[in-house]
Amino acid sequence: MKLIFKNLIKRPGRTAALLLLSVFLAFSVFGGTMTVLSLRRGLESLEARLGADVIAVPDKAKNKLEDILLQGVPGYFYMDKENVEKIAQTEGVEAVSPQYFLASVSAGCCSVPVQIIGFEPSTDFSVQPWIKQSYGKELQNDEVVAGANINAEVGEHLRFYDQSVKVAAKLDKTGTELDNAVYTNADTLKDLLGAAVDKGLVVLAKNDPDKLVSSVLIKVKDGYSAEDVASDISVNIRHVSAVNTKNMVSGIARSLSGISDMTGLMIIAVWMLSLIVMAIAFSMIINERKREFAVLRVIGATRGRLAATVLGEAFFIGLIGGAIGVLAGALAVFPFSGLIEAKLGLPYLTPSFGASMGAAGAAVLSSVIAGPLTSALSAVRVSRMDTGLILREGN
Amino acid sequence: MILKAEGMSRRFFRKNGGANFFYAVQKTDFTLEAGKLCVIMGRSGSGKSTFLNMLAGLLEPSEGRVMLDNTDIYAMDDKSLSRMRNKNIGVIPQGQTALSSLTVLENVKLPYLLYNKPSEKIDKYAAELIETVGISTLGNSYPNELSGGENRRLAIARALLMQPGILLADEPTGDLDDENTKKVLELLKNAAQNGTAVLLVTHENDAANFADSLYKMDGGVLSQIK
Ligand SMILES: Nc1ncnc2c1ncn2[C@@H]1O[C@H](COP(=O)(O)OP(=O)(O)OP(=O)(O)O)[C@@H](O)[C@H]1O
Ligand SMILES: [Mg+2]
Repeated sequence: MKLIFKNLIKRPGRTAALLLLSVFLAFSVFGGTMTVLSLRRGLESLEARLGADVIAVPDKAKNKLEDILLQGVPGYFYMDKENVEKIAQTEGVEAVSPQYFLASVSAGCCSVPVQIIGFEPSTDFSVQPWIKQSYGKELQNDEVVAGANINAEVGEHLRFYDQSVKVAAKLDKTGTELDNAVYTNADTLKDLLGAAVDKGLVVLAKNDPDKLVSSVLIKVKDGYSAEDVASDISVNIRHVSAVNTKNMVSGIARSLSGISDMTGLMIIAVWMLSLIVMAIAFSMIINERKREFAVLRVIGATRGRLAATVLGEAFFIGLIGGAIGVLAGALAVFPFSGLIEAKLGLPYLTPSFGASMGAAGAAVLSSVIAGPLTSALSAVRVSRMDTGLILREGN
Repeated sequence: MILKAEGMSRRFFRKNGGANFFYAVQKTDFTLEAGKLCVIMGRSGSGKSTFLNMLAGLLEPSEGRVMLDNTDIYAMDDKSLSRMRNKNIGVIPQGQTALSSLTVLENVKLPYLLYNKPSEKIDKYAAELIETVGISTLGNSYPNELSGGENRRLAIARALLMQPGILLADEPTGDLDDENTKKVLELLKNAAQNGTAVLLVTHENDAANFADSLYKMDGGVLSQIK
C-alpha cells in the first residue's frame, strides 16, 4: 500500500502524465453530460413555460419566431391591435393575451440590456404563473415583474429612461433571454415610452401601444388542434402569421436529441481513445519497471501482490484524476453557463444539484474504472512474468 | 536448513536456432548445507545464474527437483513458495536491484514489510544491518545516489534482513574494487559462521580462499573441486 503511494510520488512526471489522461477523461464525461442535461432541462422548462399553444406575430416577423421561442429575443415588430380581437374570434381560440415589445435599454441594475415588455395582467396566462416571489397584489402602475437575471429584489426600484419603477414580483429562471426582461402593464409602458421620447428617442414615438401589439399568445380550446387554429389565423387574418408552439418545440427537441446523441458518441470516443492511450502508457511503464517487479518477486512477493500493486496505482490515478477532472469540469460548466448558453443559442438551464452530482459521480466512476481496466493487461503480464529471465536481462 | 538439488537441469531454446534446445545447466545433484559457505566459480555464460535462480525458486528446472528440508519447492503453490522464499531464502540477484522510489533503509526493510506491520524492532535491525555492510550514512538516500558497490551492499543487507536459513548470492562482488570485494566476502563468511547456508556464485578467484566447498561450472556442467 505504502509502496503504491511512494511509486506515484517519486515519479511525478509519469504520474502527472497518467493523471492528465484521467483528468481529461473525467472532464469530458462530466462536461458533456452536464451540457446535454442543461439543454434538456432548458427545453423542458421552456415548453412548460410558454403556456401558449399558438403564437401570432406580424407576417414580416415570421422568420424570427424561432428566436423568440428559443431565446426570447423579441424583435421590434408591430401589428394592429385590432388583430387581437380578430384572433380571439377565430374558431377554437379559448384565450388570447397580447404583448408589446419596447426597445431594450441598458440599466444600472444589469450587465446586459434589459428588455421591456408590456403585457395585459388581466388576460395573461404566460407570465404570471411563473411569478416566484411577490407581494401577492395586482400589478400597479409604475410596477414591474422582473426576470430572474434582473439584479433587484422585490420592493426595490429600477430606473429606465430616468423613470423609476418598483419591482413587484420576480420570475423563475427560464434559461433564455427572457430572464433579462421586465414586464409592465399598459399604463406603465406608456409612461416609459413617454419618458423615452422625452429623452429624444423619437423613433419609438410612432409605436403607440394603444394601437399596436407585437405578439399574441393564444390558448386553444379543448378538442381543437393547435395546428388547425394556427393555419386558420395565418390564412384568414391579413398580415398575421401564427405558429403551433408545440410543433416548434418538439422539432427543436428532436434536433436536441441529435445533439445529445452526438455528445454521447463523442464521450464514448474520448473514453475509448483515453483507454487505449492509457493502456499503452501503462504497458510501457510496466515494461520499464519489470526489473523492480522481479526484485519484489525475489524478496517474496506473490504474483497476486504484483498485480495488486499495478492495479492499485492505476486505481488511485483514476480516482484522483477523476476528482480533478470533475472539479475542472464544474469550474468550466457552472461559471460559464451563460456563455455556453449564448454560444449554443438554445435554452440552457443548469441541472438540479442531484442531477449534477449524478453526472459528477458518473464521471469519477468512469475514470476510476478506466485505471484498473487499462492496466489489467499489464497487471496480468507482470504477474505472469518469468523472474529469472528478467533478472538476467538487466545485465 | 538444507537446500538440495536432485537431478536438476535446465534447457533453453536457442534464440535463432529454430526448434533445437541446449542445456544451460546439465543434470546435477547438489547440496547446500547450513553453516557452510559454498562457492561456484565459472566463466560468463557457463550457467551460474540459471543454477542459482533454480535453487531460489525463481526458475523452474526442466528436470529434477529442488528440496528445502524435504519439501519440493516447485510443488508448492505460488503463495506458499513466495512466503517461504520471503522467510527462508535471501537472494542477492545479479546487478542493480534496489527499488528506485524507496530509500536505502526502506529497501532494506521491504522484505519484512511485505508480510508484517512496521515495528521498531525491525527499524533497529535494519539500521544495524546497514551499519554492518558499511552504508549507515546512506540510510535516507535513494538508490540512484549510490555507487555500484553501495548498491550491492544494500542488496546484501536486504537479503540478510529476514535472517534466512539460505543465502544465495549471484556475483555480489562483480565490479567492486579489491577492498570492497573483501568486505563483501567477509560478510558472507560471517553469515555462514552464524549458521546460514550460503551459496556464492562468482567468476572471481579470490572467493576460493573463503570457501568451505568449491565448485566449478563449465558449459552447464558442475564439478566439485574442494
Ligand atoms: N531465458 C533464456 N533463454 C535462452 N537462453 C538463456 C536464457 N537464460 C540463460 N540462457 C543461456 O544460458 C547460458 C547460461 O546463462 P547464465 O545467465 O546462467 O550464465 P552465467 O554463468 O550466470 O553468466 P554471467 O557470469 O555472465 O552472469 C547462457 O548461454 C545464456 O545465454
Ligand atoms: Mg550470471
